[in-house]
Amino acid sequence: MHLLEPRAQPSQLMRWTAPLIAIAATLLVGSLLFWALGKSPLESFHVFFVEPLTSGYGWSELLIKACPLILIAQGLAIGFKARIYNIGAEGQLIMGALFGGGIGIFYGDSGSAWVLPAMVVAGALGGALWGAIPALLKTRFNAEETLTTLMLTYIATFILSYLMHGAWRDPEGMNFPQSVMFADAALFGLLAEGFRINSSLWIVIFAVLAFWLFNARSFLAYRLEVGGQAPAAARYAGFPAKQTVWFSLVVSGMTAGLAGVGEIAGPVGQLNLNISPGYGFAAIIVAYLGRLHALGIVLAGTLMALIYLGGEAAQLSLQMPAAITGIFQGMLLFFLLGADAFIDNRLRRRAR
Amino acid sequence: MHPTEPRLQLLHITKRYPSVVANDDVSLSVMPGEIHAILGENGAGKSTLMKIIYGAVKADAGEMLWNGQQVAIANPAQARKLGIGMVFQHFSLFETLTVVENIALVLDEPFDLAALALRVKEVSERYGLPLDPHRLVHSLSVGERQRVEIVRCLLQDPKLLILDEPTSVLTPQAVQKLFETLRRLAAEGVAILYISHKLHEIQSLCDSATIMRGGKVTGEAIPREETPATLARLMIGRELPVCEAPPYHGLVRPVLQVERLSLTSDDPFGTELKEVSLTVNAGEIVGIAGISGNGQAELLAALSGEATVDRETIWLDGEAVGHLDAGRRRDRGLVFVPEERLGRGAVPALSLARNALLTGHRQGMKHWGLVAFDKAQAFAEQCIARFDVRCGGPGAAARSLSGGNLQKFIVGREIMLAPKLMIVAQPTWGVDVGAAAFLRQTLLDLSRSGVAILVISEELEELFEISDRIAVLAAGRLSATQPRAQADAESVGLQMSGLFNEAETSNAPA
Repeated sequence: MHLLEPRAQPSQLMRWTAPLIAIAATLLVGSLLFWALGKSPLESFHVFFVEPLTSGYGWSELLIKACPLILIAQGLAIGFKARIYNIGAEGQLIMGALFGGGIGIFYGDSGSAWVLPAMVVAGALGGALWGAIPALLKTRFNAEETLTTLMLTYIATFILSYLMHGAWRDPEGMNFPQSVMFADAALFGLLAEGFRINSSLWIVIFAVLAFWLFNARSFLAYRLEVGGQAPAAARYAGFPAKQTVWFSLVVSGMTAGLAGVGEIAGPVGQLNLNISPGYGFAAIIVAYLGRLHALGIVLAGTLMALIYLGGEAAQLSLQMPAAITGIFQGMLLFFLLGADAFIDNRLRRRAR
Repeated sequence: MHPTEPRLQLLHITKRYPSVVANDDVSLSVMPGEIHAILGENGAGKSTLMKIIYGAVKADAGEMLWNGQQVAIANPAQARKLGIGMVFQHFSLFETLTVVENIALVLDEPFDLAALALRVKEVSERYGLPLDPHRLVHSLSVGERQRVEIVRCLLQDPKLLILDEPTSVLTPQAVQKLFETLRRLAAEGVAILYISHKLHEIQSLCDSATIMRGGKVTGEAIPREETPATLARLMIGRELPVCEAPPYHGLVRPVLQVERLSLTSDDPFGTELKEVSLTVNAGEIVGIAGISGNGQAELLAALSGEATVDRETIWLDGEAVGHLDAGRRRDRGLVFVPEERLGRGAVPALSLARNALLTGHRQGMKHWGLVAFDKAQAFAEQCIARFDVRCGGPGAAARSLSGGNLQKFIVGREIMLAPKLMIVAQPTWGVDVGAAAFLRQTLLDLSRSGVAILVISEELEELFEISDRIAVLAAGRLSATQPRAQADAESVGLQMSGLFNEAETSNAPA
């Protein structure tokens, strides 16, 4: 009979090797999948992982997809370290997009230079508000944040849908559930002609550096880590537990909200029902794949963006189903969790 | 038949772990009816040896003879079948089940609960260990719980009984009762292996002793023919160190005052505190004796601030602090060494330097919200050197340290915070005899520098060694303190079982 027994000293080296193992296993099983679908694995990999990067446009698209993933994952990682599991970043992203988008819809035509900054601030506030509700429910009623954050995602989706079918619908949009296209004042400026990558990139770069500094040096990050790893030790040292909950959920809500503004004021250019192809959920995988480390998350976010791009390419060139992206994401998470399980535990054969 | 053959004989047992040789060429033998002590400090290899006998750990080399026959014991079930029973230091009982249900859980053969209850009653009475088989375990005292463990072994009709530090949780009176039972068992021919580091117990109970140090056998002795000093020399390799309590010449003023503190526990099996009142002055050590589970955990949490209480029930240096959390009380000069080292006093996966930060961050280790890791590192290095913490340096994870060394680190860290008031639970728990004496002396010196110290411990001897005044906490009530000179082990022991009358509890602050 086999069972897992905890290792006394999980290896730090293996902890960082695990993402590579997970990627390798994903590629291996992925090629089996391609083969079973009657495609040549080599050709499929070329389409999936190489072709998207053969043009400058492809690299620009990669950055566009990586930015929201990286931004959201930075915020989530703060909470995950403190064992506060916000899995509702998707909803916080939508609320950020709604708060920012409202300004874009109603003030974009003014052409004023403060429209875009106001959208950014409003987006951060919207996401933070959607993160603050679970924080209130947890600190006040001890409600599990995994449930409340997820459930609030559905509420956010319905608020978005309600506005898109009603008050905020483009009157000249032939009844499609979408807002007007934003005026230039409500859009991030393009960094180069012919590419979609825009100046929201600077926000992401700044956020990565800020989170890196925060994680590496701040006393608050230390407190969060202690609270996550040993709640009794945090209580012993007198680190307030409620503050941890509020901080984790509000900060991760804020980054998701910012990512939402980055989408609607960037590649999407309006509010509609498809603001995010599940960035808020994929960022959970990104955070863990990047080992909750600010720079690790940059690498992991880029890989996840490539999976998104490759998935689109595979649909077009190989006539693969749209689910292929989700399958690759799922495999990655599955193998990563599996590898982590064996880093923390070892197989034991029970003596009989 | 006259017993001529040893019940159990160990020959050249060796067990290596990656970083340490736990047992190095250990040999010993026990005759039927013999009470044999295994004497040694923490980390001497006693527990590993017992686990090898009980089949929980496999030796790398050596032989084991059972009644003269060579045996290889693969697991505890096989050990039980041979007739080896073991009473562990930490109990493994389900609190929500009854005594007989707990016993039934570990029986290797099928049973009938009603018949088993009768047998439990019969066996427990025969050996002077009265037990009601139908009582729920959570309502039992610690001594009674230990009886359940012992009866559980006796039901299997053991030929060899192993007891691992069985008296560490018992009152002096309960210890005497246990010894009577063990002597009766020995008279019936049961061989007994008795693990302990308490010299006087071994002298009063055991026929023979094997003394271990650093995994090796350092001597064999007839305890009654030895003195504590000669046994100690075999056990720790030098004379038993003695603590000195110099007089205090500074200003005597109350630093900690507890006034009629009552508290209901969050834990359904916890103990309610009932109107606890207490004063600890600068320059003195007050000891609180008592067996864990009598409100110690609740009192410690209330004093440390991990649980907050009514504002005016706890006063720190003249300020009402009952409503303040642990951090705010630490800002005002309180330090605390909890009973649980790993997970409460230290974060297991973090390095010692980062664990220094846990409570040491007030010592200039942060600026503008950023941590000065070099200062934390230096603090940890200093603590390691001053308190002789054996470890791989300030970068070593807390969980990689032995219990005793981590205890030294935590006590050291808290002392280095220059407190006004220090609260310590089980200060030398798991620490070897030499280091324990050093820690006690450090506490004494600290108190004489004007710090008020409150020590909560199960070890009566320790409390008598360092305390200026002693009180007893039993069933959530605190007795009046008495000066050490007037307290004696007998009466404190009686109070530990809850036998003090209402008049003796101090309701008025001193």
